[in-house]
Amino acid sequence: MAASTDHVEDLVGKEYEHGFVTDIEAETAPPGLSEDVVRFISAKKDEPQWMLDWRLKAYEHWLTMQEPRWAHVHHQAIDYQAISYYSAPKTKDDGPKSLDEVDPKLLETYAKLGIPLEEQKALAGVAVDAVFDSVSVATTFKDKLAQHGIVFCSMSEAIKNHPDLVQRYLGSVVPQGDNFFAALNSAVFSDGSFVYVPAGVRCPMELSTYFRINASKTGQFERTLIIVDEGAYVSYLEGCTAPMRDENQLHAAVVELVALKDAEIKYSTVQNWYPGDEEGRGGIYNFVTKRGDCRGDNSKISWTQVETGSAITWKYPSCILRGDNSVGQFYSVALTNNRQQADTGTKMIHIGKNTSSTIVSKGISAGHGQNAYRGLVKFAKGAENARNYSQCDSLLMGDKCGAHTFPYIEVSNPTAKVEHEASTSKIGEDQLFYCMQRGISEEDAVSMIVNGFCKEVMKELPMEFAVEAQKLLGISLEGAVG
Amino acid sequence: MLEISDLRVSVGGKDILKGINLTVNAGEVHAIMGPNGSGKSTLSHVIAGREGYEVTGGSVLYGGKDLMEMEPEERAREGVFLAFQYPVEIPGVNNVYFLKAAVNAVRKHQGLDELDAIDFMKLVKEKAKAVKMDESLLKRAVNEGFSGGEKKRNEIFQMAVLEPKLAVLDETDSGLDIDALRIVAEGVNSLRNEHRSIMLVTHYQRLLNYIEPDYVHVLADGRIVKSGDRRLAEELEERGYGWVLKREVAA
Amino acid sequence: MSGQSTSVAQTPAMSASVVDHYLSEHAAVGPTLPALGVAWIDGLRREGRDAFAKLGFPTPRDEAWKYTRVAPIEKRAFRLQGELCIGFDEDDIAPFLLPTLACHRLVFVNGRYAPPLSKPGKLSPGARLMSMDRALREHADLLESHLGRHADPSANGFTALNAAFMADGACLILGARTRLEKPVHLVFLSIPQEEPVVAHPRNLVVAGEGSQAQVIESYASLGTGTYWTNVVTELVVGENATLDHYRIQEEHTRAFHVATLQAHQARDSRLRSHSVSFGAQLARNDINAQLDAEGSECVLNGLFMADGRQHVDFHTTVEHARPHGSSQEYFKGILDGRSRGVFNGRVHVHPGAQKTDAMQSNRNLLLSKDAEVDTKPELEIYADDVKCSHGATVGQLDPDMLFYLRARGIDGATARGLLTYGFAQDVIDRMPIPQVRERLSHTLLTRVPDAEHVKGMV
Repeated sequence: MAASTDHVEDLVGKEYEHGFVTDIEAETAPPGLSEDVVRFISAKKDEPQWMLDWRLKAYEHWLTMQEPRWAHVHHQAIDYQAISYYSAPKTKDDGPKSLDEVDPKLLETYAKLGIPLEEQKALAGVAVDAVFDSVSVATTFKDKLAQHGIVFCSMSEAIKNHPDLVQRYLGSVVPQGDNFFAALNSAVFSDGSFVYVPAGVRCPMELSTYFRINASKTGQFERTLIIVDEGAYVSYLEGCTAPMRDENQLHAAVVELVALKDAEIKYSTVQNWYPGDEEGRGGIYNFVTKRGDCRGDNSKISWTQVETGSAITWKYPSCILRGDNSVGQFYSVALTNNRQQADTGTKMIHIGKNTSSTIVSKGISAGHGQNAYRGLVKFAKGAENARNYSQCDSLLMGDKCGAHTFPYIEVSNPTAKVEHEASTSKIGEDQLFYCMQRGISEEDAVSMIVNGFCKEVMKELPMEFAVEAQKLLGISLEGAVG
Repeated sequence: MLEISDLRVSVGGKDILKGINLTVNAGEVHAIMGPNGSGKSTLSHVIAGREGYEVTGGSVLYGGKDLMEMEPEERAREGVFLAFQYPVEIPGVNNVYFLKAAVNAVRKHQGLDELDAIDFMKLVKEKAKAVKMDESLLKRAVNEGFSGGEKKRNEIFQMAVLEPKLAVLDETDSGLDIDALRIVAEGVNSLRNEHRSIMLVTHYQRLLNYIEPDYVHVLADGRIVKSGDRRLAEELEERGYGWVLKREVAA
Repeated sequence: MSGQSTSVAQTPAMSASVVDHYLSEHAAVGPTLPALGVAWIDGLRREGRDAFAKLGFPTPRDEAWKYTRVAPIEKRAFRLQGELCIGFDEDDIAPFLLPTLACHRLVFVNGRYAPPLSKPGKLSPGARLMSMDRALREHADLLESHLGRHADPSANGFTALNAAFMADGACLILGARTRLEKPVHLVFLSIPQEEPVVAHPRNLVVAGEGSQAQVIESYASLGTGTYWTNVVTELVVGENATLDHYRIQEEHTRAFHVATLQAHQARDSRLRSHSVSFGAQLARNDINAQLDAEGSECVLNGLFMADGRQHVDFHTTVEHARPHGSSQEYFKGILDGRSRGVFNGRVHVHPGAQKTDAMQSNRNLLLSKDAEVDTKPELEIYADDVKCSHGATVGQLDPDMLFYLRARGIDGATARGLLTYGFAQDVIDRMPIPQVRERLSHTLLTRVPDAEHVKGMV
């Protein structure tokens, strides 16, 4: 396996640099989904009865639902009975208590991905929860965070140690039956990150989760829950990669954010799941439900995403602007090259008074990539003086790709003010020639123009990740011009 | 510096340049004048290597090398600079960042070390002052939201920073009022020296009141129909292009 | 957005009985329709009938009908009008004409051609203008390659019903390089009856190569009452032809109005469509342009204004199928009372349609606290060398402007009226026929807030 992987790596060079497989002994559930599998996962994690009941309710609901068909993506039917719903690296007993007990192969894997888990080597100011297939393998800087009363741990730990918080908030933003994939996730989610920031605390470091799919024929179903109490603040980011395989793997995550009065959550994603090869073989199906609830007055939730990976992306990080004066933001760069497809956007649901939202979406299509922005801006009856500004720009490279915009604007309050603008253009020959006339190579010119195009989104990312994301855009577009 | 011999160029099967002969030596300023549609812009685009033009005959030597064989960026790195008639807007790309990439591309080509941010800013500020470029424009995206005059000034400023050997100014005077024209002309004059050749491509004689050329050529229907010194330009201003063209036909 | 696709139980019982009602009407009326026995016409009607039997009326689960519920139409069993109503003359219809406009006029009453009220006048050589009834009976050969070739009977239940009951309407055929000096004015009047009636007018305009014409369709009511107009118009714009098309809908607020405009454009053709929707309790307008050859241009210009409990819906689709096409859309909506406005503008650039230049703008003004608007501008692009943009806004009158007017001594209500009038004016200004502009400005003036005072000021 290792040898053949190396060979593939050589062939495609830089195109996807996280495509290696970690050769580690794993405990993997046999493929298929049934009530027994849900019970198995729950038992594996030694969960309390209420959690199992919650999962079973979701599973029952899921059985009555149908896969959504409205997205502007095409794929072969997914056989939900061919997927394994649980895979975890084998450990001596329940799981590592500290980093010293973590399998060195895992530490090596994350180091190779540029995410050292040893605290002394880690990026200053960034705490990491590392999720490998179905389980969290390590969380750094827990103690330091605990000094501020901040809980940052795996979801499994949270269910054990903070059942009150989990019971109160889990499913309160994305209910079990919200949609097909959310219901599936609610039944079989295996791990994910949990964050609680107590009232008045400004989280002193960036929190991040790094998701890695390793095992084959498995799906990853993580669940993230972030609760930021009154007047508190957190900045959270996630990154994701997977090995190169010629099968499609399903990733159906749910992320729930709750911002109470005067709280602020900044959630950033750099998504680099394996996108499949040039012919569209393999790659991750990234079907994700992300939603934030600005539950308290003056709260703020900001989503920033850079989506370069996955064969198919289906996600709409959304904000429910319930509290008066609450603010929702969505900044997105989605890139599709080769045969990638993305149907992504956001929903801004204005309920409270004086709520405001901003949407900046930048889609880049190259090769045969298909890129759709789909968004809903809704103003409920009581949303007095609410505001939305949306801007959706598409950049096209090559004549085989597509860029699509489907914004839904629903206004039931006359004091609402909505402005939506969209434009589509190609990388201009004029622009390229102008750069080249100044001595800049075509490749550099393209990357310069693309980064310029994405700038408004990139500036929303924390510094270290902005650099990473820019590099990623460049790599993902390699071979797109010429 | 530049030797153009019997250059023939067509666009989409239509002959635009029909045998241009022109030699430009180091330190000289040549004005290329002519009515609209005479092929002036084609000539400057071909020198810079823009796509879409087919060279059907003749040659262009630059410092003894075949210019037509070089990629546009290679020409730029070798010191060919085109001030665009319509400078292009590049949204989101900062002017200084853009220029730094350009300067370092040229320096790398010449085997020099890349300039670091501090040295580069020093250079930029000094040049901006020299060509009276408002520093606030440096912080904006390349040409985005610039007025016509600001765009042209930005072209001259880039020229000052990149210090080309051969500068081709394509209709740099068009669309400028007298004040803006004067500033642009002063910028160009400050960049005149014995090593640098300048080609002023223009429709109007007006520019030549501010930048004094060594030679003036009249381009019509793809050929240089008359060459002379700056007095030719004055005569053109008085008598119009019809005068040269008629004489040409008569001859 | 259909993120939560919880299943809604359908009511098949009701749908079935409604569908049966129209099918039995069709069985009764079918044998009396014109051009019976002409195979392709029979086929077209049969296709419509079968499509309706299969589709029934659209439901909110159909994406194109998400915001417009047609239950009020569905729940009434509309009857076809048997005999033409008579007993009124030119004076009665004068308010619906454009008196100072020299034109070729055809008048239709409850969907049937009314010769005594019509003045077709003398046409340029090469032009034929007649009722669809006559065209079907006498000139089926001229229609065959156009009628029903562009408006798909199976598009939805409404186009299906229209095809099934196709009997009358207007037909204009222009030969190559024929230029109509005067506009054609098609006046569709409806007289409500005791029981709710429906008309399915069917119009066809074929503009031959290099021809030029202006066609105005007006819809109005004589009297009050519930009735339903279900019209389909096909425009076939030939090579290098120019067609200006107007639809002015001023029906009574108890009327239902469903209209489909389907245009097909050949190389270098120009279509300018102007639509104004003032009336009806429910007005649904589909405007579809198929730019099927290089260099075709289309302008879709529209204004809708609703008050009370009116519901107005515009759905536009521009199919850029070939390179070098250009389209511009300008739609404005003004919603007052408890009205609801819907705009859905779709621009579809097909693979290979390079150098497409498409622009779309939808601006909406909400004048009351209970008015609602849903807008959805869509771009679907499969070519790279294109310039496409759209913009949509929803808002109130600009407070700064209001304040400015009031600071100059203008009453608040009047200021609102003035600004509303100004908001709509550019759509009207885009229409080339002065009499149409005058007429619409006049109607607009009666409908803006504080109309009485505003009238005196403009």
